[in-house]
Amino acid sequence: MSIHYQNTTIVTAFSLKINGKIKKVDVDPSTPVLWVLRDHLDLRGTKFGCGVAACGACTVHLDGNAVRSCQLPVSAVGKSAVTTIEGLSEKGEHPVQKAWLEHDVAQCGYCQSGQIMSAAALLKANPNPSDQDIEAHMSGNICRCGTYLRIKEAVKSAAKK
Amino acid sequence: MDNSKTTYNRRSFLKASALSGGGMLLTVSWLSSFKSADKMQELPEQWATLNGYIHILPDNKVKLICPNPEFGQNVMTSLPMMLAEELDVDWKNVTVEMGPHDNAKLGAQFTGGSNSVRMYWKPLREAGAAARQMLREATAQTWNVPVNEVTTKAGVLSHSSGKSAKYGDMASKAAVVPVPKDLKLKSPKDFTIVRKPTKNVEGHKIVTGKPLFGLDYHMDGMLIAMIQHPPAFGMKLKSFDAVQTLKMPGIKDVFSIKLYEDGFEQGGFDTRTFNELLVVVGKTTWEVMNARKKLIANWEPAGDVKDTMSGRGGKREVIVPSELETTSKQLEKMQEYAKKPAQQLRKDGDPETAFKNAAQVIERTYNAPFLAHNCMEPMNFFAHVTDEKAVLAGPLQAPGWTEPTLMKLLNLPADKIEIQMTRMGGGFGRRAYGHYLSEAALISRKVKAPVKLMYTREDDMTYGIYRPMYTATYRAALDADKNLIAFHVKGGGIPEHAIHANRFPAGAVDNYLAEGWQIASNITIGAFRAPRSNFNAAAEQSFLDEVAEAAGKDPIEFRLELLKKAKENPVGKNNEYDADRYAGVLKLLREKSNWGKPGNEKYNRGVAAYFCHNSYAAHVVDIVTRDGEPYVERVFSAMDCGIVVNPDAATNMVQGAVVDGIGNAFYGQLTHKDGVAQQNNFSNYRMIRINEAPKSIEVHFVENDLDPTGLGEPPFPPVFGAVANALYKNKGRRFYNQPFQPDFKNSPRES
Ligand code: FES
Ligand code: FES
Repeated sequence: MSIHYQNTTIVTAFSLKINGKIKKVDVDPSTPVLWVLRDHLDLRGTKFGCGVAACGACTVHLDGNAVRSCQLPVSAVGKSAVTTIEGLSEKGEHPVQKAWLEHDVAQCGYCQSGQIMSAAALLKANPNPSDQDIEAHMSGNICRCGTYLRIKEAVKSAAKK
Repeated sequence: MDNSKTTYNRRSFLKASALSGGGMLLTVSWLSSFKSADKMQELPEQWATLNGYIHILPDNKVKLICPNPEFGQNVMTSLPMMLAEELDVDWKNVTVEMGPHDNAKLGAQFTGGSNSVRMYWKPLREAGAAARQMLREATAQTWNVPVNEVTTKAGVLSHSSGKSAKYGDMASKAAVVPVPKDLKLKSPKDFTIVRKPTKNVEGHKIVTGKPLFGLDYHMDGMLIAMIQHPPAFGMKLKSFDAVQTLKMPGIKDVFSIKLYEDGFEQGGFDTRTFNELLVVVGKTTWEVMNARKKLIANWEPAGDVKDTMSGRGGKREVIVPSELETTSKQLEKMQEYAKKPAQQLRKDGDPETAFKNAAQVIERTYNAPFLAHNCMEPMNFFAHVTDEKAVLAGPLQAPGWTEPTLMKLLNLPADKIEIQMTRMGGGFGRRAYGHYLSEAALISRKVKAPVKLMYTREDDMTYGIYRPMYTATYRAALDADKNLIAFHVKGGGIPEHAIHANRFPAGAVDNYLAEGWQIASNITIGAFRAPRSNFNAAAEQSFLDEVAEAAGKDPIEFRLELLKKAKENPVGKNNEYDADRYAGVLKLLREKSNWGKPGNEKYNRGVAAYFCHNSYAAHVVDIVTRDGEPYVERVFSAMDCGIVVNPDAATNMVQGAVVDGIGNAFYGQLTHKDGVAQQNNFSNYRMIRINEAPKSIEVHFVENDLDPTGLGEPPFPPVFGAVANALYKNKGRRFYNQPFQPDFKNSPRES
């Protein structure tokens, strides 16, 4: 179903698979998944940092791969499964979350949802990454507080779990 | 044990009351904190009688209302640790809640100046000790035994007869015991919580993505607002056409509002980079973002603007010039000003004669650009303003400094303004400037609805409040025996200079002169992690490196000799630093980094040290060449911030400051062309990333039992100097202009 607004945009009904559940939203098809999550689905763990795929704060999984949700229009999701920080493990029991706590990585914490989602996707694809693999994969995620050393340590200890 | 009496004066310091559901509530005055913090003496009198809350609940849980907003410095953990230490409770039973803004009860509530731990060190421990004493008193009465026979351990009260009770059981009774007149505070050797690595109390919420931040704040029916500010500093709104914008889905309103009416007296943290705001309000973020693009706005030169400033320094008028500024021209202008006479800030001895008689004079000029704070969470605030009251929520470092502004703008008394402080996605000084909160409030009042104002990254980066643009020329005079006989610094900046005239090497040189000058600008500036120090340490510490070299001395040894003189035979008055502690971090660093010892041949090493915000920091930066470019692979840090309350978090903070320092020294810059900021997002403002961060940062703390001082800022400034000095070793030429990285590709000059 589509609703036409005056002379411009169209609102479309989407059925999205998010954190294992089907969620329905009526939005403009160009709406980035980031804003669908945050404004329409009450999932605000995914953060806005730049809006131009330059910081990684908005990282979610699309069928297990790390993507920048600020650049992913809702219309491109289709039947793919979206996983957000809230769905990685609600209780914080994913090995990456545990490693983050063990190393007490966060300072302000704002970048850390994105960092954790990037790290989890890396470890899924490459369970035993080298330092270089970690750097290459995680270099799209800025941490303004500079917690990079702990991020690297935490990724390594999550890999051992 | 330390006896603590100082805070018991005519003001009531502690007040206890029973909680309605049972338990005890202790009210604490923050008076003593202001007394001990010399910098805070300028605070208004009313702040001295302020109070905070500590709850001891029947289930033996202890809840502390954290007064100071959290922006990653970990106060929500470290402040409760101090309380729990003296209260003698099991850390597992401590929970923490962020307090509301309430100057009458919670104090200044200012996060900044590396002051949180320092300010609350005494009052929180006193509060804990008082509560423990009252619990013992109540227990002694209940059991009918002498109070000195009642002992405590981890939230349990005991007597040799075998009787025992939990704090929670006695809390209601303790609440009616008179507040003790004398307190015994623990001696540091008896600490069981303070000095133990303790995990961030919000760690679990962070890793599970809980909506902790201002941008996450939500209220049903809330609208989203965005501001279109002028494209250039020195421009203002002339007219606009919102017809297309209003046709866009979800859009409720488009209008312009004035932040300050003419003649508005701005306090120290008020700012109006742009006074006339073009606002788009709609239902959702994406709708507002899209609709804003359809605005047709016409801008015009703002002309010279007259600002009325009040607060510190008294009421005065400031003319903000209208020129559309360009970085290359600003640099030229700074060179011109550097030649003019400047304001004398400090003078010892006879520097003119000493320079005239010198065997060798070294003169170097250093430059640094504007920097954007780039907090990871862009500026935003929630506001719901009606005629009767205002409710606001969001990220803010200094609610107490914003509230008076809101009172004036909204014409509401303080008790009708409620400010909730959310966790901040970084601050670095930026969120001391509450203009975005004022904007949110005015917008909400205008649309008569709850509104969340948000800045996009571009809005945030091009708004101003930058670290100023700085320059400084240093001169050193050496005699025939290569002794440093005179030192001269002349610093300038847009719109302020960075000189701290009473810092090292002032006090260590017989003939000393410090001067400053400034150039007015319409580009707004603000406190940026270790304001002024962040440039001073860069320039002065690389200059001293060069002077040490000219004197034929090891750079650490050279500094230690000067510090010895500053201690034994100080020159002049008002030397801000403690020469022993300054030397202490250098000595610790020399040992831990194996400075001058074999085994480090692989590295190009640079060292620097600095004192600011009451703490001492020194770093050795080890550079290697990687893929043809200098790379900081390893760093050693030595800190003296007195007692380290939470060593694990402290280490994290120092490591973060080192990474931040390397990033800004290498890459950080915000330039302008005809008033337009040339960087507006992370795609063109280069931020340090994980592959550019060092592989190791080894942090060492001087061990002593001195009262703790700050850590958020002090480790940051000397990183710049140590990086510059290591780059010299790597490239064989000195680096005088930040950021350094754009200069890497230039061919090496002869050193
Ligand atoms: S917000 Fe998507 S990458 Fe920055
Ligand atoms: S923890 Fe603050 S941005 Fe990463």
